[in-house]
Amino acid sequence: MSTSLFSRPAWIGIVVCTTVLALLPLLNLEFPADHALHISSYTVALIGKYMCYAMAALALDLVWGYTGILSLGHGAFFALGGYAHGMYLMRAIGRDGVYQSHLPDFMVFLDWKAYPWYWSFTDNFWYCMALVVLVPGLLAFAFGFFAFRSRIKGVYFSIITQAMTFAFMLLFFRNDTGFGGNNGFTDFKRVLGFTITDAGTKAALYMVTLMFLLGALLLCRWIVTSKLGRVLQAVRDSESRLMFIGYNPLWFKLFVWTLSAVLCGIAGALYVPQVGIINPGEMSPGNSIEMVIWAAVGGRGTLLGPIIGAFSVNGLKSWFTAAFPDLWLFALGLLFILVTLFMPQGLLGLVKKLRRNQQTEEVA
Amino acid sequence: MMKLLKTLMLAAMLCLQCMTAHAAIDAALLKPLAGDDPDARIEAVNAIAALASDEALTLLAALKNDNLYADPQGKVFIIANDQAFDPATGKTVTMPENVDGITANNRLRGAIDDALSALALLSPDPAQRLNSALALQKNAVAAQIPLINKALARESDPQIKDMLRLAAARANLEAPDAATRQAAVSALADSSNANLKPLLGRMLDKNPDGSYIEPDEAVRGEAARTISRINARLARTEFIGNLFYGVSLGSVLLLAALGLAITFGLMGIINMAHGELLMIGAYTTYLCQLFFRQYFPGAVDAYLLVALPAAFIVTAAVGVLLERTVIRHLYGRPLETLLATWGISLMLMQAVRTTFGAQNVEVANPSWMSGGVTVMGSLVLSYNRIAIIFFSLFVVATVWLILNKTRLGLFLRAVTQNRRMAGCVGVSTARVDMMTFGLGSGIAGLGGVALSQLGNVGPDLGQSYIIDSFMVVVLGGVGQLAGTVIAAFGLGELNKFLEPSVGAVIAKIMILVLIIVFIQKRPQGLFAMKGRSAE
Repeated sequence: MSTSLFSRPAWIGIVVCTTVLALLPLLNLEFPADHALHISSYTVALIGKYMCYAMAALALDLVWGYTGILSLGHGAFFALGGYAHGMYLMRAIGRDGVYQSHLPDFMVFLDWKAYPWYWSFTDNFWYCMALVVLVPGLLAFAFGFFAFRSRIKGVYFSIITQAMTFAFMLLFFRNDTGFGGNNGFTDFKRVLGFTITDAGTKAALYMVTLMFLLGALLLCRWIVTSKLGRVLQAVRDSESRLMFIGYNPLWFKLFVWTLSAVLCGIAGALYVPQVGIINPGEMSPGNSIEMVIWAAVGGRGTLLGPIIGAFSVNGLKSWFTAAFPDLWLFALGLLFILVTLFMPQGLLGLVKKLRRNQQTEEVA
Repeated sequence: MMKLLKTLMLAAMLCLQCMTAHAAIDAALLKPLAGDDPDARIEAVNAIAALASDEALTLLAALKNDNLYADPQGKVFIIANDQAFDPATGKTVTMPENVDGITANNRLRGAIDDALSALALLSPDPAQRLNSALALQKNAVAAQIPLINKALARESDPQIKDMLRLAAARANLEAPDAATRQAAVSALADSSNANLKPLLGRMLDKNPDGSYIEPDEAVRGEAARTISRINARLARTEFIGNLFYGVSLGSVLLLAALGLAITFGLMGIINMAHGELLMIGAYTTYLCQLFFRQYFPGAVDAYLLVALPAAFIVTAAVGVLLERTVIRHLYGRPLETLLATWGISLMLMQAVRTTFGAQNVEVANPSWMSGGVTVMGSLVLSYNRIAIIFFSLFVVATVWLILNKTRLGLFLRAVTQNRRMAGCVGVSTARVDMMTFGLGSGIAGLGGVALSQLGNVGPDLGQSYIIDSFMVVVLGGVGQLAGTVIAAFGLGELNKFLEPSVGAVIAKIMILVLIIVFIQKRPQGLFAMKGRSAE
């Protein structure tokens, strides 16, 4: 079990999917627009966005599917990672903003004369990358430490995580908080000196995202198949029994919770330059719950499922909002209900069940 | 403003009738009006206003309405309705020849308006006198003292009399005589007008040469005392205002959370669509209002009485439907219930949006609920907030009665305490579940009716209350009605007392953080259920 992370068919699937995904931006760059093999920039950008969502869903699955902690506040970690990267991207605009000031446009607009203290050093890319990891990580650590220590679990934990992301949303909506208020960060010009609208830059960002997604998948898989992973599943299945055996679940939960927040923050940081905007709307409670449904649709506790779920739900969303914009919320609502009622194990669970039925038929 | 103007015109007309018999305005005062010196004209207007007579009112109204004319010698006439009056003699005269209209520039018009509004002190309509006295209380100057004294002598309404005394005191602050000033300062101690503070504060300041602006020591002492009394009074008003708005917010939170206290607190169902049940209650109110406007326009105010049972029935029916079709299958799986009900909330929101449009709809207060009562001079307690406070208490009392004094309540408590045992002695637990969920949903509908009377009614109404509602229930302690009540009012008060110092958004964030921290300390909430349980 521990020698191989995935079964042979799963490995084949992962390699094939990764190759296909990696080829998309190349097809976009190499072939002219009218060629049959050309992939439009729009599609590439869309898939890049989905990969960020998939990474967030993966992070959520690690805590929900394996440890039984349902977070309704991962949107906050996602957005905080995004804002941390966004600070660098705002600084990288330089004097090319509308007001041609060394300050971002929104600060000029507020008549601020200098950067507030928490913006110090953010012109350094690597410092901001450290923030991407540290801010969601430390927040999750502190939040989780107090919550898990008082043994808050189940729906209570879910509700207070929702309150957390709601509080962050209110905070970031304020203009005086210093993160652009309602509009957030946008109009990025360059990242590490490369023009952000360049096809090449976009392809590079896409590839980096793909690599991070793959890395996150392998890391999570390694964790859940290790001994640590067994303890986490024991927390999910019967925390009291685990405590009676002599484990202290606090540190296990705290570790996986913090790691999940960090992964989510990284996903947010990859998301921002590709989408070109980050605003407090990302922290709305609805967004966080939508992440949960990605994991639920694909099948929680499977790691691959949430990735499939994020792709399929968002694919559906892109199609619906273009074709029948008024019906999307009906469809999403129905999805929530149907999945919880009829597909508690998600798409992967359905596949497994079908295969099992087939096998029992063959035996019979 | 228009009303004021009309009454003034009417007064002017009346005066025109009786003018012939009355004494007139000194011609020396009238003469500058016809001249070109703007300062002299304003001075003349003020001097005429200070006469505080009906003739003065007539003249100023005429000037304002461009009915004032002057002949080449500078003699002034009021010409209206093809009749000419000589204000200097107060007699009707033959139509003079070669008269020119006297035009007033904006500055003069401003002076006329001020003078007229002060003269409204003499109006026969008490509401107008009240307005005028209120305005004077804020900005009376020394020149208006004769006018105020005259009005005081005439005034019979005690409230207006008090205001006039304050106005006179304010005007007397600049009196040359120290004793008058001191009396004025001490009279102002009963005022709750914050604008007086800088005025009085200036009396305590020093001139650049080190001498006090107010030369008299006793007046300075009196001013300091008055300032501290005004401050104390303002602080008291603010405190009572915060208290009231806190109770009001608490009652709103209570109504929003009470249904949840039943469905979540007693049954353990995480109903994320609870906010949408509030919203449906509010929209039912809107429909009732439309219905009454259409068919019983005479009795529109009664729509609220119909809306209450209607909202209860509609939301209870929606609740029962949800329980039967979705929630029933998810008992014992709280996290799945949470997701499914979130889905329901999305669908309900979108359904309302497609039916009624994404914009807010207008729900008007019935006439008996609009307006408010003024206390302590400046604090307005609106009737709709007062009504909702009492309504929330009424609903809590009803819920308590249902839970403790009815058969359903008995069954409900039995099922909550020991579902299996209750089933064994013949309680139909599934039926009780359905009824209880219906009850909780119906109460959410009642909350929606109340919310529709306070704020906007739109498809997103529920979203803004769902987190607050959960916070109230979790903070109060699950399964405890008293906890919910105390948590709701406590949060309301805390919010309103934090708001003035840190602003609304930060206050809200601080409260969320406080609750999160509090729950870490006391996961069972303010009031814990007594009993033993492994979890």
